[in-house]
Amino acid sequence: MKRSSDYHSIPDLAQLFSKEQSIGIFEKMCLCRYFELEVANAYEKSLIASPIYLSIGQESISAALSTVISNFTIFAQHRCHSAYLAFGGDQHKIVDELLGRPTGCAFGQGGSPMLQDPDIPMIGHHGLIGENIPLAVGYALGSTQPTLCLFGDAAAEEDYALTAMGFASKHQLPVLFVCEDNDLSILTPTEVRRNWEICDVAQALNMPAVDITDDPWLIAHHAQELIQSLPAFINCRTCRHYWHAGVGIDHEPEWDRLQLVKDQLKTLSINAQDIEEQTKQDIKGLWEKLLPKQLKI
Amino acid sequence: MGKTVAETIKDLTFDHLKNNNGLLLGQAITAVGYVNHTVPKNCPGIIELSMADVAGSGIAVGTALAGRRPILVIRFQDFLILNGSMLINYAAKSKDMFQQPSPIFVRALAIEGHGAGPVHSAKLHNIFMHFPGFRVWAPITPNEYKQTWTDFLEHDDPVISCEHRSSFSSRDEYANEIEPAADITLFGISVGRTNIIKAARTLRAEGITVNLVHIVQLKPLVLQQSWLEALSRSHCGLVVDTGFETCGAGQNIAYELMLKTNKPVQALGLKDVSVGVSGDKENLTPRPEQIVTAVKNRLRNRSGPMRSA
Repeated sequence: MKRSSDYHSIPDLAQLFSKEQSIGIFEKMCLCRYFELEVANAYEKSLIASPIYLSIGQESISAALSTVISNFTIFAQHRCHSAYLAFGGDQHKIVDELLGRPTGCAFGQGGSPMLQDPDIPMIGHHGLIGENIPLAVGYALGSTQPTLCLFGDAAAEEDYALTAMGFASKHQLPVLFVCEDNDLSILTPTEVRRNWEICDVAQALNMPAVDITDDPWLIAHHAQELIQSLPAFINCRTCRHYWHAGVGIDHEPEWDRLQLVKDQLKTLSINAQDIEEQTKQDIKGLWEKLLPKQLKI
Repeated sequence: MGKTVAETIKDLTFDHLKNNNGLLLGQAITAVGYVNHTVPKNCPGIIELSMADVAGSGIAVGTALAGRRPILVIRFQDFLILNGSMLINYAAKSKDMFQQPSPIFVRALAIEGHGAGPVHSAKLHNIFMHFPGFRVWAPITPNEYKQTWTDFLEHDDPVISCEHRSSFSSRDEYANEIEPAADITLFGISVGRTNIIKAARTLRAEGITVNLVHIVQLKPLVLQQSWLEALSRSHCGLVVDTGFETCGAGQNIAYELMLKTNKPVQALGLKDVSVGVSGDKENLTPRPEQIVTAVKNRLRNRSGPMRSA
């Protein structure tokens, strides 16, 4: 079954990673999860005025990628909090951005879907889904530098997404394309929208491609291999816990990767609980520090 | 003998590619004719795009983000409808939104007549004037082209260079012609300017005094003091546009001129019908005779409401 928590998984793969790498992945997953829970909290209290696009449930993808690739310029999708945080984006500036302040990472002009940080470096997304795919391809063409392009399964259907991937293949550009495949366009499942797989398309465009679940060790394993032969494509089956925009929840997610990773860490004798608790407190402290006194959450 | 517009474009492009680490991207740009001999041959930095318009312009904008100051060739402005998505949605906004400019020079070629018809004859400067973030020019002489190019290099905004193929073989330059007191001031855009020159000859022969003003930079639009003074000393004005008249650049400029001078200014452009491939259906830029008629009607009714030619 393609949508499963162990789709194309590799047994005992986590054991091939160092303890530091596994802890690093988990710390980033916790950072993304607990940061976004604070975002959701602030949104519910109307402290954030613009729409928010949470990536809760999808954190493992950016956490894994940021652990094994470096010096890539990042073109994230509109659901970009996790990419921004996992790759080291300025935490103060994302809070300010979400609160609409001119000190935000996009100067208070973009909000949740338009994060950027030139220091990572991460180029801002303007909100038109899939636009970052041709932009990333062009950036790789113009700079000849490695580029990471993250997008969702709905963005993958944009005509310009597929044709830009074709251009990258034709010119052998150094782009790692990663589809964060949560199976939903707003709330419309993939099977209602199309009868093809983006991984098949990538392979037909003559680039190496894998279709896997969002196990972070599995993602890291394939990313390490695929960046040796760019352009390449990874489709990650993952679960978006919240609505497309906002904080609504319709049902329990098919799986919760954070919990699965915690279970896995036990087998590696890593104390996940302390890391999780510490991250939670750090994030809470950050938000309390940055919110106006009268608006503490 | 000076260079033609086409030779000027080719020279500037060659220098940009060879000495400025620039890029030139477009569809079928190294095919027969090299875009009316405006694209240099055997030059590094030329990238043939696939026929995927939206992706192609997005890729070009991506190279702008990488600092390559790309030239994107749109062989027919009709194709800007598709290509415009990435230009309007990203290139024109990135500086305001992210303080990350996307300096891209879009060579948007126009043509009309000769059966160009519904998919090869568009003049869409109007659309790009509408959106924040663009600099829009309509050069038709060698010096105007150099001025447009210099403007691109001196700024970090996307530039839409609305070119007209009928100007490519020309070496002519045009100067404003302003009388101490004229009956009417004619303003022209792109090849509408060559038509106002021809119309002025006819009008002057009939004793009607005419000012001629050439508008090359459409956005930001700078209404020069000398234009306003010329119009103020005239009975009225007329703007001749190559684009559709309805909600077009000509109407917008006429509005701005009226606000500044309190003089009636009419706009003439393409009729509000789809362009066909033959006869009257070609919907051409207002011809000299149409301009003459419009001027006479205007002057005949100088104290009454404006009316179309």
